[in-house]
Amino acid sequence: MTKRLLNGTRILCLLLGAGLMLLPFIWMLLTSLQPASTTLSVPTHWLPQALQWDNYHRIWQAAPFARYCLNSLLVTSVTTAGQLLTSILAAFAFTHLQFYGRRILFGLLLALMLVPGELLLIPNFVTLAHLHWINTYAALIVPWLASIFMFITLHQAFRAQPKTLYYAAHIDGASDWQYLWHVLVPTNRPVITAVALLQVIGSWNAFMWPLIVINDDRLRTLPVGLMAFTSEQGTNYPLLMAATVCVILPLILLYFGLQKYLVLGITTSQSKGKSL
Amino acid sequence: MINSRPTLKSTLRAALYLAPLLIITLMFTVWPLINALLMSSYTKYNYYTNQVRALGWANFAYLWHDPTFHLAVRNTLILVLLVMPITVALSLLIALGLNRSERLAGLLRSIYFLPFVTSTVAIGLVWNWIFRLDGGLLNAILEKFGLHAIDWLNDPRYALLVLSMVCIWQGLGVNIILFLAGLNHLDQRYAQVATLDGATAWQRFTNVTWPLLLPMTVLIVINTSVTNFKVFDQVYALFHGSAGPGNADLTMMYYLYQKSYVENQVTIAAASGLILFLFVGSLTLLTYGIYRRLGRWSR
Repeated sequence: MTKRLLNGTRILCLLLGAGLMLLPFIWMLLTSLQPASTTLSVPTHWLPQALQWDNYHRIWQAAPFARYCLNSLLVTSVTTAGQLLTSILAAFAFTHLQFYGRRILFGLLLALMLVPGELLLIPNFVTLAHLHWINTYAALIVPWLASIFMFITLHQAFRAQPKTLYYAAHIDGASDWQYLWHVLVPTNRPVITAVALLQVIGSWNAFMWPLIVINDDRLRTLPVGLMAFTSEQGTNYPLLMAATVCVILPLILLYFGLQKYLVLGITTSQSKGKSL
Repeated sequence: MINSRPTLKSTLRAALYLAPLLIITLMFTVWPLINALLMSSYTKYNYYTNQVRALGWANFAYLWHDPTFHLAVRNTLILVLLVMPITVALSLLIALGLNRSERLAGLLRSIYFLPFVTSTVAIGLVWNWIFRLDGGLLNAILEKFGLHAIDWLNDPRYALLVLSMVCIWQGLGVNIILFLAGLNHLDQRYAQVATLDGATAWQRFTNVTWPLLLPMTVLIVINTSVTNFKVFDQVYALFHGSAGPGNADLTMMYYLYQKSYVENQVTIAAASGLILFLFVGSLTLLTYGIYRRLGRWSR
């Protein structure tokens, strides 16, 4: 009897907690469907009187929202693809090729894992200013084309691969390049998906870097562009909330599709001390 | 080939594979790392012409005497000390509750984890809308219960509390996933033996689960602290591009942003970045030391 009571309390608490976690999402959705005039009136309307799907239509006219979306898509996809390419190539070289200074170089790269990105923010900004890259796509993309974390994760995965496959491929006449893309990469798809997914989340949600390197409205990414919907005179909250839904929803859908890879990515990243 | 010795030819071939990663890393990790140390010592620096006229400790002396920087350090420390213990304790509790193979637990796990994939700025703007004085959800609820509305976002007494709540909400998901991973890796036989010996659920937790979970907990404590030392996006979104009423939510990262981007004093910003790094670095080392000692005790 007490056992069932305890179990009931446990489930009730968990449900209550989940409700609190969902609260901002629900409030965002409800507000995004309210007509603009009612939101700042004092007796709050809990539910929208009539669903204003029109808000979702209006955000595309209120700011260069489509442009922000395209910029975010471009930056996220190019950064992730670039990081995958540089990390896969380097991880392959470190695990399958022989070269002078391999150990020292690996040690140095490993040590760089400890450097927090925040320390590099200001000097990188100055470097870009001197390259005249401020307000360009290059500023949003190029500094992020290499990730030590991704390299180390893939290095670990590639090293665990049985070397007999590599020898067998060689005997069959495959070059290193063919072995890498036709055997090594396909067999390590789960871990590659996991690190790519973490990077997609990171790039899509990145805020501080795009905020400081971009002033031009046409080059803004979604998170920075969202701030354009706020104003000193009074923010139109239903429109702002419709815009936030558009920023948040794609990743939530991606998350539900690829949940198990994300969990894999997080647990591997933690063992390497990457703070999320 | 793998087991052969390196030759000049094999080194050149490997260099082709390594070049992309190494070039980007040199330009955007190694060079800025050196530059961060150099810049923080530039005292008469013309940012536009990149001319340095003098070197010294002036930037650090400036920070030492700057009341705004003191405020930023104070706020950041309060935030970490407030958010970290609550987040870790709550996520442990939730993870223990979710550690069953029920269908409901799977669904709840997904819900608790949602903030991790959510843009901090976007959800920060939603929180701003919840905490607002006029039309905000929270005050509407308070008034329903006959309580006075509170101006959460413009009252310096509450501003840091609001930020802490948002940071706790945001941090729970990752920690729950990590605790669940830790719980999954535990050897169930210990708990079974304890049950056979007549241990109660509480005894099982304090004597079996908690000691085995300690390494993961230390990892989560470091991780949560480091994350909260670097809070910026939440502040910017909550207060629509300011550091809160009377700088009540000015964090070290926000200070760095303000100095570099708003006031164009990049050398002072670089020095403050270095101090932030020292805080985070020493914290990591300290916790690592405790971790090693604990490891020795348990053996």
